[in-house]
Amino acid sequence: MPVVNMPKLSDTMTEGTLVKWLKKEGDTVEIGDILAEIETDKATMEMESFDEGILKTIYVKEGGKAKIGDKLALILAEGEEEEAATEKKPASKAADKAQGAEEGKMGKSTEAAGSAKKAADAPKSASTSRIKVSPLARKIAAERGVSLEGITGSGPGGRIVAKDVPEAGAARPASATAPAPIKLENTGGEETRIELTGMRRVIAERLLASKTQIPHFYLSIEIDAAPLMRLRKEVNAANEAAGQPKTTVNDFVLLAVAHAAKQCPKVNAAWGGDHIVQYDSVNISVAIAVEDGLVTPVIRNAQDLSLREISTAVKDLANRARNKKLKPEEFAGGTITVSNLGAYGIEQFYAIVNPPQAAILAVGAIVNKPVVNAKGEIVAGQRMNISLSGDHRVVDGAVGAEYLAALRKLLENPALMLL
Amino acid sequence: MANYDLIVIGAGPAGYVGAIRAAQLGKKVAVVDFERGGGTCNNYGCIPTKALLKNAELYHDMKHRAAEFGFKIEGLSFDWEKIIKRSRDVSQKGSAGLDFLFKKNKIDFIRGTASLDKAGEVKVALADGKMETHTAAKILIATGCVSREMPGFPFNGKTVISSKDALQLPAQPKSVIVIGAGAIGIEFAYFWNAFGTKVTVVEMMPNILPVEDTEISVAAEKALSKQGITILTNHKTTKTEATDKGVKITVADAKGAEKVLEADLCLVAIGVSPVLPGGKLKIGLTDRGYIQVNDKYETTVRGVYAAGDIIGPPWLAHVASYEAIQAIEGMFIPGCKPKKVGLFPGCTYCHPQVASYGLTERAAKEKGIPYKVGKFAFMASGKARAIGDTEGFVKLIVGEKHGEILGAHIIGADATEMIAELGLAINCELTLDELHDTIHAHPTLSESVHEAALAAEGHAIHT
Repeated sequence: MPVVNMPKLSDTMTEGTLVKWLKKEGDTVEIGDILAEIETDKATMEMESFDEGILKTIYVKEGGKAKIGDKLALILAEGEEEEAATEKKPASKAADKAQGAEEGKMGKSTEAAGSAKKAADAPKSASTSRIKVSPLARKIAAERGVSLEGITGSGPGGRIVAKDVPEAGAARPASATAPAPIKLENTGGEETRIELTGMRRVIAERLLASKTQIPHFYLSIEIDAAPLMRLRKEVNAANEAAGQPKTTVNDFVLLAVAHAAKQCPKVNAAWGGDHIVQYDSVNISVAIAVEDGLVTPVIRNAQDLSLREISTAVKDLANRARNKKLKPEEFAGGTITVSNLGAYGIEQFYAIVNPPQAAILAVGAIVNKPVVNAKGEIVAGQRMNISLSGDHRVVDGAVGAEYLAALRKLLENPALMLL
Repeated sequence: MANYDLIVIGAGPAGYVGAIRAAQLGKKVAVVDFERGGGTCNNYGCIPTKALLKNAELYHDMKHRAAEFGFKIEGLSFDWEKIIKRSRDVSQKGSAGLDFLFKKNKIDFIRGTASLDKAGEVKVALADGKMETHTAAKILIATGCVSREMPGFPFNGKTVISSKDALQLPAQPKSVIVIGAGAIGIEFAYFWNAFGTKVTVVEMMPNILPVEDTEISVAAEKALSKQGITILTNHKTTKTEATDKGVKITVADAKGAEKVLEADLCLVAIGVSPVLPGGKLKIGLTDRGYIQVNDKYETTVRGVYAAGDIIGPPWLAHVASYEAIQAIEGMFIPGCKPKKVGLFPGCTYCHPQVASYGLTERAAKEKGIPYKVGKFAFMASGKARAIGDTEGFVKLIVGEKHGEILGAHIIGADATEMIAELGLAINCELTLDELHDTIHAHPTLSESVHEAALAAEGHAIHT
């Protein structure tokens, strides 16, 4: 009496949705016949029959969901009888509920029912895809830039409530494996013990959390920076004539990052635990090195700013960052981060995602080097490398690549940004 | 002699609820009480007073507002005995309903006075004088409280009365002094005043309903004064004298200026005192004389638990029931960790009603929590105007940064019904966003909750 179970159709699949039955109850089924279409987390796929006989019973209706291994249907060989009706355990959620109600009516031990409910109230492991969290806790976590994953909720049903959300960068309570303090060996020479500043501690903890909890992936693209350099020269000539401060390469990059993010909004997003938030405005967190660390103040609505406005904003933020004059709210609300080490001569590097944002861009120096031009000749070129580190939960490789292509197009044709 | 999984002493909102929960968990349960089921709540508290207050509201409207609604009522009068009887009947029905619930859950209800000589054993003195002893693995004490007497001014049931006496007075008093302006004092003051009794309320604290948000207390005081109640806040009772005909009470204000009040009777509503079960068993008490319990509601004696008013304030039926359920689940569900009472609604059923949940503005200030306030007056509510009940407002105390609801305070018609939404909101840590996102039916008084939530961010529609 072959039972058809929900097959595992992809590596990450945990449950599938029965999109359509292609056979109905009473139909004759041959081995290899397509029984149904199943939608997984990745795609809709066909489910073949490994048995032959009569499709006797369908347990999961179209539109119903079932976990891997749950019964979907029963196929009987010709002449075979269905066994006791009790075997007939529907697997769909709705059916489960109906069955529960039936058990209740039959007057099963209410104690068992009560205990089961209580047991279910015990904190659940965080592996379930939907995170139960109070609206307040969600807001606090977002503000602190703390991921809700892995937090054990103390509310009803393991719900995460405000008091469960750790301080930004605080060591994870309980389950998270807090590494024991590292004992450094004495190297024999002079050494200086440098106590951690608050900033250093936050950097350490946030980036450790990001690098260990976020599935990072990395993309890199080389950009022909010659047109950009030409334009910059003209712009700065005009600036000089007008007595304005110089426009930096990074100003152009920030402008392009904002414009490209409007074109590919999927990278301008954040991971919310059980959902993804895609932002309309592009708020660029700009990594600025300060004494003993770095800060990432935010240029808000960068998509609406002119090159000069961006230039002014960055200079102002950098100045005040170095003088520790930034207000807390100026660090909040970034949607994408840019880190530029070009000024140090770094040609290429990869940054660590700045959670809950989905992407961070690492911008290298513009270097003169031989390049092969469209005619196949080796000529002197000016090239710049930009890499993107993405949170793969939010952004996939192709999306990141599209974004970098858009960014390159803008930087190689900077006039487009004036449109 | 019978053996039970659980014997509950007291059939009030802690005892009977705990007993039913235990029965649901498959336990063999007995409840002992010398009175009919329902405890103070059903017999001498929450329920019968609400019956009386309904009478008061109806009478008040007919007497004072008939013309406004287009009615012409001539020869309006009332029958005091029948008013009291209606209230007693409501209690009687509640108690009968409880008998049914006990039967349905196969709970033995033993009428008698329980005492404890040792853990695991309950002695019951039956009404006919016979003694019974029953054994039980677990015992839950839910004996509750009674009205507290004023030192030197004992209850005599006639001129110096408790709330229990107050709701069964054989005749309407001409004048009453109410000492204590908590929920009980204020409800009776409203009730008597509505029927034309001259009422004076004496309160030591600066405001009536002192636990409420100050703004609410002030609004309630104004409303009740307008109805004709004399309210003396910041007044201490310095001398009391009870005679067969009435009472003579000297009060002094903050500066010590004395005043002598005379009335037919005095309701002393200054709090409650615990009713401990008798017997030789030594159970640890708190410094205020309530039964001391641990996180699992277990007393200092193993296997003996306590819940409800007997473990101390707040003395509220809904809190008592919650505690009892927590205690029972802790006893009988393996791995269950009982919860202690955190926040709870507080309700006063005068008219306008007062209801609250969570922090007052005062408390938010004291705790140094940055907050903002959202307020909406019922005057601006279409439903309130339609039903002719525009007194009062909704006031929300909201976290400055995240907009979480910290406290909710309502004064107005049906405030006690409206508070439930905000209790849920606070308990689930909802923020203004979720209240904004919830469509409230139009026209309802509850829309004012929605508007107050909008007002907290400065964009209420109807103000």
